[in-house]
Amino acid sequence: MTSESLAARRTVARGLGVIALGLAGLAAVYVLALGHTPVERFQGLPQKIFYVHVPAAWSALLAFSLVGIAGALYLWLRDPRLDLFAESTAEAGLVFSVVMLTTGPLWGKPVWGTWWTWDARLTLTLMLFFLFLGYRALRGALQDPSERARFSAVVGILGMVLVPFVHLSVYLFRTLHPQPIVLKPSSPSLPWEMLRTLLLSVGVYTVLLFGFVMTRYGLGRLERAGGADDAG
Amino acid sequence: MGDFLRVAIAVAAKDLRVERRSKTALVSAMAFAALVLMIFNFARDAAALSREMLAPSALWITFAFSGVIALNRSFALEREHGALDGLLLAPVSRGALFFGKYLANLTFVLTVEAVALPLFVLFFGVDLSGALGGIVVTAILATAGFVAVGTVFAAMTVRTRFAELMLPLLVLPFLLPPVIGGVQITARLLAGRPMSEIAGWLRILALYDLVFVTLCLLLFPSLMDE
Amino acid sequence: MSSPRLSTPLAEPPLLQAAALTRRFGSARALAGVDLTVGPGECHLVAGPNGAGKSTLLRLLAGLARPSSGTVLLEGRPLAAEPFTRRAVGLLSHQSHLYDDLTSAENLEFAARLYGLPDPAAAARAGLASAGLSDRADDPVRRLSRGMVQRVAIARALLHGPRVLLLDEPFTGLDPQSAARVAALLEAQRGLGRGLVLVSHEVHESWKLATHSHLLVRGAWAVTGPKNGTLDDFLRRYREVLDG
Repeated sequence: MTSESLAARRTVARGLGVIALGLAGLAAVYVLALGHTPVERFQGLPQKIFYVHVPAAWSALLAFSLVGIAGALYLWLRDPRLDLFAESTAEAGLVFSVVMLTTGPLWGKPVWGTWWTWDARLTLTLMLFFLFLGYRALRGALQDPSERARFSAVVGILGMVLVPFVHLSVYLFRTLHPQPIVLKPSSPSLPWEMLRTLLLSVGVYTVLLFGFVMTRYGLGRLERAGGADDAG
Repeated sequence: MGDFLRVAIAVAAKDLRVERRSKTALVSAMAFAALVLMIFNFARDAAALSREMLAPSALWITFAFSGVIALNRSFALEREHGALDGLLLAPVSRGALFFGKYLANLTFVLTVEAVALPLFVLFFGVDLSGALGGIVVTAILATAGFVAVGTVFAAMTVRTRFAELMLPLLVLPFLLPPVIGGVQITARLLAGRPMSEIAGWLRILALYDLVFVTLCLLLFPSLMDE
Repeated sequence: MSSPRLSTPLAEPPLLQAAALTRRFGSARALAGVDLTVGPGECHLVAGPNGAGKSTLLRLLAGLARPSSGTVLLEGRPLAAEPFTRRAVGLLSHQSHLYDDLTSAENLEFAARLYGLPDPAAAARAGLASAGLSDRADDPVRRLSRGMVQRVAIARALLHGPRVLLLDEPFTGLDPQSAARVAALLEAQRGLGRGLVLVSHEVHESWKLATHSHLLVRGAWAVTGPKNGTLDDFLRRYREVLDG
């Protein structure tokens, strides 16, 4: 076993550890949200989905921004590790957006009476989902590693710049065509208990993202090291 | 700067000349646009949804999809006999090559739209008086942006096996702002709404164009640089 | 007191100078530190097995690909610095770089425009004349025979008078008559003081033209330098390296 694959395995192990930590944190968040956070006066219990949805959408968005930035850095520095990082982060982001898009409606149906709503968060996450999917599909369709890295970087950068435009367009679209707002955004002065839970949740999701990326990165390194072993 | 434009125009002229010879792509795209418009007419509950209500959406979805279809040929023609290498060998900047491709694609897509618009008026019984100028400007503005992105993606997907599928998959998210803006503006123009309601959307379209044309111009060389 | 430097005439830089060319991605390496210097009137044969990195080398020299490290200088100017430097190089590959739907004249005129030639139409006519295809000027390339397409392709590659000619398998798939014509043309180019880099895995036809012989194996030179010895010597060395 080469030193490269040893280092890769260590990364995977560490990544899994971070994920475990994140999952524990997630459990803590649920306990906190359901047991120790005040119920919102007007929306009631269903409002607590807020603590799951906002951070999940945030993770997907963070992931995509990282993909874009890693892409830009790759085009500048041409370091293949940046490409692997982008690939890993994109996959993690895809997972997060899928989780968010599936649990949202599952939770939403009994509570809101509808499977889907075009609220800003869901819409943005749906679009990120398609961008992640497209990113992955393009990578899968390109054989040459240098080409794959360059092309993915360009897609990542363009996608990252697209996000604010879509967000703006959708927002304007919605303000002109108000739809039943099932989830009010946080009120101007969020009570400390709610803010605390929200921040913890955001932190946990970020840790989870970090863990996923690390694990996937390690697996990627292992695969590439294995490939080199076979060839050398 | 002079060289940049000279090369871009030469490339664009070459693309358009090739297209004029074979004609297949242009005619297919126009036929596609006509078919989409036709389908829209029937793909509605006539009792609940009038043609007027559906009109702006129908127009812009037709523009968007026909545009994407038309973009595929852009780099497909460079695959034959390694023509792309012939372009890259020349002592010209990659940016100029991109701009030439972009201009050709823009001309191409705008031509398809120019054919689709009268058909739209015909099929949907729309009264364009007063709105025609605004719709034309909006169409140019919206198209200018997404053709830039489409040109970049066409350059990428032509190297993949399922280019005809990959290109729409990648480009469609980028069509959201131009299409949303296009529909909003068209609906308001047809309803005779005041300019103040439209200005905001026009600004978004213009910003989109500026940002993405510049970005695509800057990123294209990295695609070509092995 | 005269300084020794003043009495030395200004040396012209070699036509092409590649130093320490490397091309890799991650741990995979296509080229590992290749040097090559081409002077006027020289013809460098680059032979080697498939996958040795010959096409990669050519693409790097043509400016179609970027090296991971190392430099390419054309007439003393770095290839990567600006597009204009590529004017010194021409590439003749097994692909014609022509558009089927355009006529030979239109193809050459387009190339002339790309290369910034002052009178593109005249350059195109001259190119067609030298290829002996003036009478087929207005035929779409699609309708030309393979041999004619090759002649137009050659005219296209030479249109701007490149001082360095890169050739990728120029004899592959050609009948003996066409091959002989190409060989004569390349010899003429050499006579004009141009520098040639000829990549071929078929060594036999290229040997006569070559002034330098190189063997590229797994991204590095196994043999390099001026041609010495006979073709048999070279082939023997080729076999040794492959077996070893």
